[in-house]
Amino acid sequence: MMRANLKPAIISAVVVAVLAGLLLGIRLDQQGTTLSLVGAGPDVYWKIGAAAAFLFFFNLFRDQLSALWKGLPGLPKAPQKLVEVSHKPALRRLFWCFMIAAAIIWPFLSNRGGTDLGTLVLIYVMLGLGLNIVVGLAGLLDLGYVGFYAVGAYGYALMAMYFDVGFWTGLLIAGLLAALFGFLLGFPVLRLRGDYLAIVTLGFGEIIRILLNNMTWLTNGPNGIGGIPKPTLFGLEFSRRASEGMQSFHEFVGISYSSEHRIIFLYLLALLLVLITLFVINRLLRMPIGRAWEALREDEIACRALGINPTAVKLSAFTIGATFAGFAGCFFAARQGFISPESFTFIESAIILAIVVLGGMGSQVGVILAAIIMTILPEMAREFDEYRMLLFGLMMVLMMIWRPQGLLPMSRPHLELRT
Amino acid sequence: MSRPLLDVSGLTMRFGGLLAVDGVHLSVEPGQIVSMIGPNGAGKTTVFNCLTGFYKPSGGKILFDGREIQGMPGFKVARRGMIRTFQHVRLFKEMTVVENLLVAQHQHMNTNLLAGLFKTPGYRRSEQEALERAAYWLDRVDLHAFANRPANTLAYGQQRRLEIARCMVTQPKLLMLDEPAAGLNPRETDDLKELISELRDQHQITVLLIEHDMKLVMSISDRIVVINQGRPLAAGTPDEIKQNPDVIKAYLGET
Repeated sequence: MMRANLKPAIISAVVVAVLAGLLLGIRLDQQGTTLSLVGAGPDVYWKIGAAAAFLFFFNLFRDQLSALWKGLPGLPKAPQKLVEVSHKPALRRLFWCFMIAAAIIWPFLSNRGGTDLGTLVLIYVMLGLGLNIVVGLAGLLDLGYVGFYAVGAYGYALMAMYFDVGFWTGLLIAGLLAALFGFLLGFPVLRLRGDYLAIVTLGFGEIIRILLNNMTWLTNGPNGIGGIPKPTLFGLEFSRRASEGMQSFHEFVGISYSSEHRIIFLYLLALLLVLITLFVINRLLRMPIGRAWEALREDEIACRALGINPTAVKLSAFTIGATFAGFAGCFFAARQGFISPESFTFIESAIILAIVVLGGMGSQVGVILAAIIMTILPEMAREFDEYRMLLFGLMMVLMMIWRPQGLLPMSRPHLELRT
Repeated sequence: MSRPLLDVSGLTMRFGGLLAVDGVHLSVEPGQIVSMIGPNGAGKTTVFNCLTGFYKPSGGKILFDGREIQGMPGFKVARRGMIRTFQHVRLFKEMTVVENLLVAQHQHMNTNLLAGLFKTPGYRRSEQEALERAAYWLDRVDLHAFANRPANTLAYGQQRRLEIARCMVTQPKLLMLDEPAAGLNPRETDDLKELISELRDQHQITVLLIEHDMKLVMSISDRIVVINQGRPLAAGTPDEIKQNPDVIKAYLGET
């Protein structure tokens, strides 16, 4: 057994040594106008050697190791407590109340950076929940979700720039605009199936970004749009000096100005939007349309035989999903005050999709948890900046091996028939 | 009633060079059970697919309830009241039994988004009606006790009964069953027979049936249509069909 593994073990060790030696061990250094090769320090070579040795022994003993691995008791299936919660409505309600309370208190306990990070998490939660409708519930793989996000953000920014629209009106317009785009894109595209749909949506996301980049007369191109008005609270501004005809929040309440007020306000606003999103989606799930989404995901032919129009049902999922992206985009634009096409690259789509997959398709608690992980991990691991994508990929691979159904797989609210 | 519920004439379906269905005539009177039989590969299911809009027939006319429906998409045909099952069980497996029945009533329900979001009285009523209808049919097919179980945990025979219930909650005019007895044991087949005749006698449902179980076909059919190699071979009452030399030849070979 060991001899059979010897050859692959040697090969993998050599490959590691050669590749890592070239990639990490040698550096190009600029000296004046010429380039020269500089070897790395001995510690790097030690590490490469250790890695090669590790792989060598791992491959050599992999059969024994995998036997050991199988002998181990299986990983805990799912956090038991949470599963129980979903079965007990009272506990479930308590759990949600606790979560919401914690989320509300958070900005007052944390510092400015923490609150800001919280806002970012909430934006991703909103995006994740929206995409969850399309991918998790209706089963349509959408790789261009960021396109709708961009439509929402630019919709608000342009409205504010050209027509002086305020945040709340802008929010509505951005949502409607994104919904319109979702509808228009969905109409021809949703006849496609699986992979084809994924490719077309991917293209859509890119087209939106490239359009924003090139329509300089309208969008200012890669320079982006700045000076986007911040959200107001019933007409109260969160600035030191209110603009003409407006009143600022600290004057109205009668406290001294602090820039933190605005950060906290933005956070609470994002929280409110997330709660509305959650409420709407939970209702949708229990409505005929939510059931039709799931039925369609399971068996499209049976749906057609029962008189359900597959295109209309898919279109509704696509449009509603896009609407939430529009809301998120508008909020994002208002929070940043500046947007450029760079914020809406494909990697954003990938991250949002990763949130949905990581959290468990269709599961809302899962999506929230995954959004927190996906946003906070990169922040915490700033030192490993260069390896971020590597870690990200590793995490995905491990997830697919151990929990392909996601962190918290969906437990849909099942309708009970009382007997 | 004089007008047939379903009137098919000259139905033809061509797949490239293959003529799968060739000039099939079929007429179903309201309140009848009509069976379609024929050897394997005779084109029975293809006829079903043409009727229900899953295939676009290459030629011929389909009159359903006085309207031409050939070439209409499947979901529209279904909305007119022609509901079918498939040879294989096609339930929504992850959903519960009662949810399967609710999904089927989609076309009759209040699907207005705002009504649902704010739970308007109209929405609640429609939801309640759907639940009651589901409960009624669960009773009829003896599955009430399993209402909240995921559909894929049911036994095979129960799944087939659930499929029929799922068709019935859509309030069809014509129920089309594609080999409903396939894979059932003799007792389950007897239950099925009773269920189908009950549908006709108590609910005035018209049934078009594809079936290989001759005992079942002969005992419940009002009329039988025999198809062989895509062409209509014979049509008549069960007794006529039993005597028909062409049918005997097609089924038993030359004697």
